[in-house]
Amino acid sequence: MGNGFKKLMRTQLVIPLFSLFLIIVFNLIRDVGFFSISIVTNNQGNPVLSGNLISILNGASAVAIMSIGMTFITSSCKGQDISVAAVAAIAGSVFVSVLRSYEITVPVIIYAFLLSCLISVVFSMFNGILVAVFKIQPMIATLILFSAGRSIAYWINGGATPTVSSPLLSAIGGFIPGIPVPTPIIIMIIFLVLISLVLRFTTLGLYTQVVGINEGTAHLNGINPVWVKLLAFVISGVCVATAGCITVCRIGLINHETLLLDAEMDVILAVAIGGTALSGGKFNLYGSVIGAYIIQALTVTLFAMKVPSAAVKAYKAAVIIIIVIFSSPVVKEFVVNLYKKMFKSRVKTPVKAS
Amino acid sequence: MQNNIVLSMRNISKSFPGVRALQNVDFTLRKGEIHALMGENGAGKSTLIKVLTGVHPKDSGQIFLEINGGLKEVNVRSPHEAQNLGISTVYQEITLCPNLTVAENMFIGRGNYRTVNWRSMKKKAAEILEKLNIPARAAQQLGTCSIAVQQMVAIARAVDMDCKVLILDEPTSSLDEQEVEKLLSLMRELKSRGVGIIFITHFLDQMYGISDRVTVLRNGELAGEYEVKDLPRVQLISKMMGKDLEDVSSLKKKSLPDEKADSPPVYEAVGLSSTNCPNEFDFKISKGEVNGFTGLLGSGRSESVRAIFAADKITGGRIKINGKSVKIKKPKDAMMHGIGYLPEDRKKDGIVEDLSVRENIILALQVMKGFFRPLSRAEAESFADEYIKLLGIKTASMDTPIKSLSGGNQQKAILARWLLTNPQYLILDEPTRGIDVGTKVEIQKLILRLAGEGVSVTFISSEIEEMLRTCSRLVVMRDRRMVGELRDEEMTQGNIMHMIAGEAEKNG
Amino acid sequence: MKRILALILVTLLTFTLAACGTQPAAPDGSSQGTSSEDGSKTSSNSDSGLIKVGIVNNPPSESGYRAANVADFERVFNEANGYKVSTFYSLKNDEQLNAAQQFITDGVDYLLISAAATDGWTNVLENAKNAGVKVFLFDRMMNVDESLFEAAVVSDMAAQGRMAVEWLKEQNLSEYNVVHIQGAMGSDAQIGRTNPLNEEFEKGTMKCVIQQTATWDEATAKQIVESVINSGEKFNVIYAENDGMAKGAVAALDEAGITHGVDKEVIVIGFDCNKWALRELLAGNWNLDVQCSPFQADKIHEMIQMLEAGKTLPEKIVINEETYFDARTITQEDIDKYGLGD
Repeated sequence: MGNGFKKLMRTQLVIPLFSLFLIIVFNLIRDVGFFSISIVTNNQGNPVLSGNLISILNGASAVAIMSIGMTFITSSCKGQDISVAAVAAIAGSVFVSVLRSYEITVPVIIYAFLLSCLISVVFSMFNGILVAVFKIQPMIATLILFSAGRSIAYWINGGATPTVSSPLLSAIGGFIPGIPVPTPIIIMIIFLVLISLVLRFTTLGLYTQVVGINEGTAHLNGINPVWVKLLAFVISGVCVATAGCITVCRIGLINHETLLLDAEMDVILAVAIGGTALSGGKFNLYGSVIGAYIIQALTVTLFAMKVPSAAVKAYKAAVIIIIVIFSSPVVKEFVVNLYKKMFKSRVKTPVKAS
Repeated sequence: MQNNIVLSMRNISKSFPGVRALQNVDFTLRKGEIHALMGENGAGKSTLIKVLTGVHPKDSGQIFLEINGGLKEVNVRSPHEAQNLGISTVYQEITLCPNLTVAENMFIGRGNYRTVNWRSMKKKAAEILEKLNIPARAAQQLGTCSIAVQQMVAIARAVDMDCKVLILDEPTSSLDEQEVEKLLSLMRELKSRGVGIIFITHFLDQMYGISDRVTVLRNGELAGEYEVKDLPRVQLISKMMGKDLEDVSSLKKKSLPDEKADSPPVYEAVGLSSTNCPNEFDFKISKGEVNGFTGLLGSGRSESVRAIFAADKITGGRIKINGKSVKIKKPKDAMMHGIGYLPEDRKKDGIVEDLSVRENIILALQVMKGFFRPLSRAEAESFADEYIKLLGIKTASMDTPIKSLSGGNQQKAILARWLLTNPQYLILDEPTRGIDVGTKVEIQKLILRLAGEGVSVTFISSEIEEMLRTCSRLVVMRDRRMVGELRDEEMTQGNIMHMIAGEAEKNG
Repeated sequence: MKRILALILVTLLTFTLAACGTQPAAPDGSSQGTSSEDGSKTSSNSDSGLIKVGIVNNPPSESGYRAANVADFERVFNEANGYKVSTFYSLKNDEQLNAAQQFITDGVDYLLISAAATDGWTNVLENAKNAGVKVFLFDRMMNVDESLFEAAVVSDMAAQGRMAVEWLKEQNLSEYNVVHIQGAMGSDAQIGRTNPLNEEFEKGTMKCVIQQTATWDEATAKQIVESVINSGEKFNVIYAENDGMAKGAVAALDEAGITHGVDKEVIVIGFDCNKWALRELLAGNWNLDVQCSPFQADKIHEMIQMLEAGKTLPEKIVINEETYFDARTITQEDIDKYGLGD
């Protein structure tokens, strides 16, 4: 009996994994060498890994990191923060403006990153206070920064698209000399490990879910829902700042209008595909990260298929609809039933035969 | 005989992941009878009804329904289909729209009305209301009617849809005595019209008062079908529980412990008040004492214990734990001082639906240990396992989401949550509401055992007998004030009633 | 309680947005009015001998281009040059219409408009004409009769695209395998810069390796180029419809060890002439950058002076003169003079 249930539990991750698997298989059929990885020497003279798989893992890292924060917000607040991309633009702008006022060294980069984290957390907390203390619908509360965030970033940038360039920054956005794996992938892994440790060594996961499922119970069991929700926004703030800084380092440029453009939708989608109900409650952190990779894999596939520019969004939407329908409880139940029937008939037939 | 049958269910089986909810259950309903469906929580009553009304597909078995004078097998795939077949259900919670009028509620959403003729609708509704003797006007907003009348409107709606089978799922649980009587007379009226009624209830009196036959389920299996007049109560209960009821009578409550001068009360409050309980009150409880708060619903008994636990914002008062002054401003403070609180509304404040039984059990202990000291998986499992066994919680596994447990087992899990914190003072607000007789007795026994081990318990129940059986002291509340206290021999039904009613008469 | 709070929030939001719309003018500390209310003040001291000008533009936060555009107008239209200026910024046509009407009521001499949308202006411009206010359009055309304005100074996006394609043809490469990264589909700039290249693709003189939109996003541009590199297809030209996307594309080339720039494996073409992009040209990392001039103020200033002197204007539609910079010929002075931003 326990096994049966464990199986069902696993299906939470099964859907995103299955979707990822389908996209991979589709690409392999289309082009056997699609996921081949090769080592090339980059223009700085370092050997680095190259290939579509690397592109997917690399390209998705910003959205994946933000989806971690979004998962906590979704779970505890029963809603989404639609201002993450705009706040990332603010964080990126802070990062760049600090870097531009000093000579770029490692301590300066760390200082710039910490400052952008701080600013991002402050903005995120603004959202958090509206949601947790004033109990405003998350989507409405974050609408403020969603619309105003990029204007704030514009103001920080002084209306231009300032550039920063330094080998140190391209080491963050690209490759660290001597390490063939793109740094954003490494940062993503570090983030995932960190957050896993946090989940392992604190009760964050339990508290978040309890608050998301039943606030009344949380309160009566000594959990302060306001505190847990604010914490989710703080985590998200750090995630968002990291994503913003990585993206800036990738190109060496901050464009407040296009930095992580529409990423909030990708992030929310990643959380949804990952098996966390957008209405809050139980969450699946690794599912969200996989969701981010699914979206990126899809994007890269569409690029590789040379889908006409005007149709890209339509294709993406079509595939995503299919994934979301597949992960809906209705289809899940249907599949479980189908499996059960097949399993039963297999058991029955030999009995009849004997 | 055959002609008399409107519904016959044969060999119905249904299982959910990890749980066999129904196993080869038979059920027969005759025309114009009131047939009670009894069983403990988790016995399979709801599942049987849900299979019948198409909410859950059955795994195996057959359902026959009387159609045009003959029994035909039917396959009910949705509640809507059930309704078309003449099977109507009225649930415990009203599922109508309170902001529409009575007439609208009776006719809206019914397929045969393509266009709405408001006037004829109103007229027809008025006719039905009069015929069934329901004290409501057709044009009245449903929300302004009492719960009982709303329930009757729901029934009228069901009956008017030419139903052959009417299912009443706990219709009386939120009604007062008068309302119940009205509802029962409506049921008799319908019975005389030839409707077959399936009546699900926890109230033995009502069941015996009105039912013709009774089908008893136990653990998803048929325990038997009886003529009500042939089945004495004790036997019914033993059928439901699968054991004899000696346990119940063998309960022995502790008498009030002697208040020794040298041992201060475990908990003592002076002038305590909260936002929900504005009237300041004093209260104390000593070690190993079981005390009760009684009073009508809304008398402030729940609000008072919530103030003790600081569940609402505390607005004043001084508190001593074991004689030492402490500050209890929020639930966590109370927990850290060894107070546990099982809330009145299990669904809203008790369980965390989607989380596993294990997580639900360890929740309070985990919070007390702190944010940075999570219980390891192994610790959590051993705790959960221990208490699942100790309290006999029926669950497929400790990883099962608690929402798939029956009400009684959910309640036990929450009890386990607080027992795990090893409290010195446990507040139980309506721990026995909406759960089956067997579990009720178990919980009462548990309370007495805890008291024996030195835990102080405050116990609130709407059923005064329960409190009389377990408590050694009763605080009586009326209109949000404590109006008196009864001890040991003073505690009789009569005294309590008088005190609640406000008559200063004591027979002790 | 909740409702009141929501109300406060909405008000707050409106203020924030309004502030965003108008704030850019504030940091300059200039004495120019930033709204129509200020415009009404200017009418009272009309005997100062200054020419009264109302400018309706999009907010500088729209883009780097717009920021440069606004800065250009601030440089030219000020009291030192003999103008009394009122400015209004909005991305919304109806707000712009209201502001323009207000300027007319306030009695400005000239109305300079860069419309948010091309339609709906006829009424306001007729009012202007009746009130004797002379109208200049800049940057963007609008759907009105030519008689309603004095002149329009506009950018010709298609000309920019043609310039780049012509330059590319002059390079006489043995083959042209072009990676074409487009801007947001449907925008003026995208259409203007895409069409000339599409013509070459259709003629077969150039081969399209990939044509994909990055919606002006640098990171997306990088991913598109990565995907081409990963597919192993040969390409020797990157035609990115703005500088940012070109920068993203170059980042992908750098990571894959593909050289780019003057006499390297891949030719890189960008648009807009940001200062940092021109510096890349100077360093030989890119090959070509085509200007999309945001500088229309001088031309309009010139025409206003002509009108004030009683002359007539030679032409109705003035196409902004635009230029491009080749990495082989660009100089630091070009960067200082034509580069946007810093």
